[in-house]
Amino acid sequence: MTNTKLSLPTEHCEECPAFYQLEQMGFKVGDFDRVVALAGNPNTGKSTVFNALTGLKQHTGNWPGKTVTRAEGGFQFNSIRYKLVDLPGTYSLLSASQDEEVARDFILFGKPDCTIVVTDATALERNLNLVMQVMEITDRVVVAVNLMDEARRKGLEVDTRSLSRDLGVPAVPITARTGEGIHTLLATVADLINGDITTKPLRVEGTPEFQRAVNELVPMIETIAPGVPNARWLAIRLLDGDSKVQQALLSGELLQRVARQASADVQFSRKMSVEGRQ
Amino acid sequence: MTQQSLHPNDVLAKAEALRTTLSTSYRDEIVKSLYNEAETIARRAVKTALDKKYDLDQKIDQLVTSPIVGLPIMLILLSIIIWLTVSGANVASAAIATVLFGVGDWGRALFNQIGFPWWVTGFIWDGVYLGLAWVISVMLPPMMIFFPAFTFLEDLGYLPRVAFNLDWLFKKTGAHGKQSLTMAMGFGCNAAGVVATRVIDSPRERLIAILTNNFVPCNGRFPTLIMLATVFVAAAFPPALTSFIAAATVVGVVLIGVFFTFLMSWILSRTILKGEASAFTLELPPYRRPNVTRILYTSIIDRTVFVLWRAMQTAAPAGAIIWILANIHTGDSNLARVIANWLNPFGLLLGLDGVILLAYIIAIPANEIVVPTMMMVYMGAGMMIDGPGTSAGIFDLLVNGNGWTLLTAVNLMLFALLHNPCATTIMTIYKETKSLKWATLSVVITLGSAFLVTFITASIARLMGWA
Repeated sequence: MTNTKLSLPTEHCEECPAFYQLEQMGFKVGDFDRVVALAGNPNTGKSTVFNALTGLKQHTGNWPGKTVTRAEGGFQFNSIRYKLVDLPGTYSLLSASQDEEVARDFILFGKPDCTIVVTDATALERNLNLVMQVMEITDRVVVAVNLMDEARRKGLEVDTRSLSRDLGVPAVPITARTGEGIHTLLATVADLINGDITTKPLRVEGTPEFQRAVNELVPMIETIAPGVPNARWLAIRLLDGDSKVQQALLSGELLQRVARQASADVQFSRKMSVEGRQ
Repeated sequence: MTQQSLHPNDVLAKAEALRTTLSTSYRDEIVKSLYNEAETIARRAVKTALDKKYDLDQKIDQLVTSPIVGLPIMLILLSIIIWLTVSGANVASAAIATVLFGVGDWGRALFNQIGFPWWVTGFIWDGVYLGLAWVISVMLPPMMIFFPAFTFLEDLGYLPRVAFNLDWLFKKTGAHGKQSLTMAMGFGCNAAGVVATRVIDSPRERLIAILTNNFVPCNGRFPTLIMLATVFVAAAFPPALTSFIAAATVVGVVLIGVFFTFLMSWILSRTILKGEASAFTLELPPYRRPNVTRILYTSIIDRTVFVLWRAMQTAAPAGAIIWILANIHTGDSNLARVIANWLNPFGLLLGLDGVILLAYIIAIPANEIVVPTMMMVYMGAGMMIDGPGTSAGIFDLLVNGNGWTLLTAVNLMLFALLHNPCATTIMTIYKETKSLKWATLSVVITLGSAFLVTFITASIARLMGWA
């Protein structure tokens, strides 16, 4: 049992116009207050969520692996401007293919204010592996349980409250295609960023020796790379012998990335707003 | 420990040292507990109403991905789409051509009345405008039918099933099974197909997928194939059969393209890109009720307008260039004729002619406009025809006016299928591989196949006395 405090609005609130203000801002992402990343397994409807929020028409297709680069858009919710980054759909964040690296680097170095992991309600078990990997990197996670209509059609009932409790982060049921639950999702993201919702992500602890090893490495990493977003995760990757992380540390690339990602993101946003769709 | 004395190497060494303290199976244990945790959480959160088990999806999948009827179903679906396109596009093409060429006559008359010099009127109405009119009347109608149908199948979730049906074949050639996905995307746009190869994590197999993607005709090249099939191949059969023969021809050309994809993948994975195929899992997404507005939006705005706009941007300058070439007189001929005559021997060797090669060179930036460009070169050389834009008009111009045979049409289709990628795709290949070598090779392989295949078919046809 965690001390997660959830204050999700009811469906009724969602209908009430006084409760929310969503303005789709399309490519106007030059100036923004907050950054939200969209992660998830392939073909769970990330791009549909992206389009529903930004009003953009990024090509969606019933087609796993359609988004292989990141796409960006903007929206305004309760007069706060958000930049939304749509990451490639991946099953894990550990292997070497380019799409997984794009997703992993952004969650780690882009320091999004919140990461929404879009999951498929009809294949929750498989999707939870990625949720837990994202939770290893950041604790600012909201799980969007998408395709609720398909789950109902298949006779599945998904209890998102049980899910929230077990994962230690909020889980919101949505159907991105019809817009159902989108406003609840946004309200939850806003509350999480404000600190109105605190999370306590479930993390696999491993054996006592493993925990001791991680605890010894973390302060060392924090010393040589001050400001690094998640030393614990890097420590685990080093123990695992992840050659990419080793190289990044040796070449000083890790430090540069921490410093550079912020400015690179602004440049990327500007490029996107000029060039339009990718 | 102070900051100065701590070096990244120390951290790595420490990590190595610590790793030895861990039992060898620690990683497996973590992964196992991760999966167990996920399973427990999912089981607690999801309740199945057993009485309402919905497995229609599975039944359909058993049928469309069956080893026996899976491939035939695929071919039938493709044939239906192309047949719809062929039989619908003909009518619309004629109507659009009548309007556009009428506007051209009116504009020319207006300019003459106002008293513009002949070369202004000619450049604008017989050059730029005619180029645009050809492109729109030849390409727009097939696109309006083909794209929504294609997008419908995509939205439904059928395309991954196509990939599933084909992936074992790719593995046999030594390529990655996911190449079936990127190939299917190539039917939409080869540049998009090349970008999509990022889902393949092995660099060797990714390069094979990139280099062979162009062998499937993209949306931009389908109208060319459909037009040639309708006007020439089908014209040799009774009118009642026309649309069926045309559709069958296009399907045949597509199959040749797929065959070349396999052949070239096989050759590459045994020569410059040697290696074993790696294993992967392909997920079949659930069927989804296609969203009509999204299909219309994607097919009309993202595809039709995008492809047409791109074609028009190249067609306008191409029209201008052709008009200029046709109006620079050298003796009793003009420059267009001179260049075409000079290219003619080489063209004939490939079963084509000099005009086709000239049009092809002018249309390099977007080679899907090669047919409209070719029409303009023929017409710019002084040929006038009745009912331009209709099948009968085009047939009359090419066969009676310029000595086309069935061989010319077939070889042009093969050439359009196999020739080098468009400029956008070449640029995309360069960006994705970051290598001039691979980008160049993608051109050499495709153009080489195009020359070789057309040369062989032309030689055989001549030896057998068919042409």
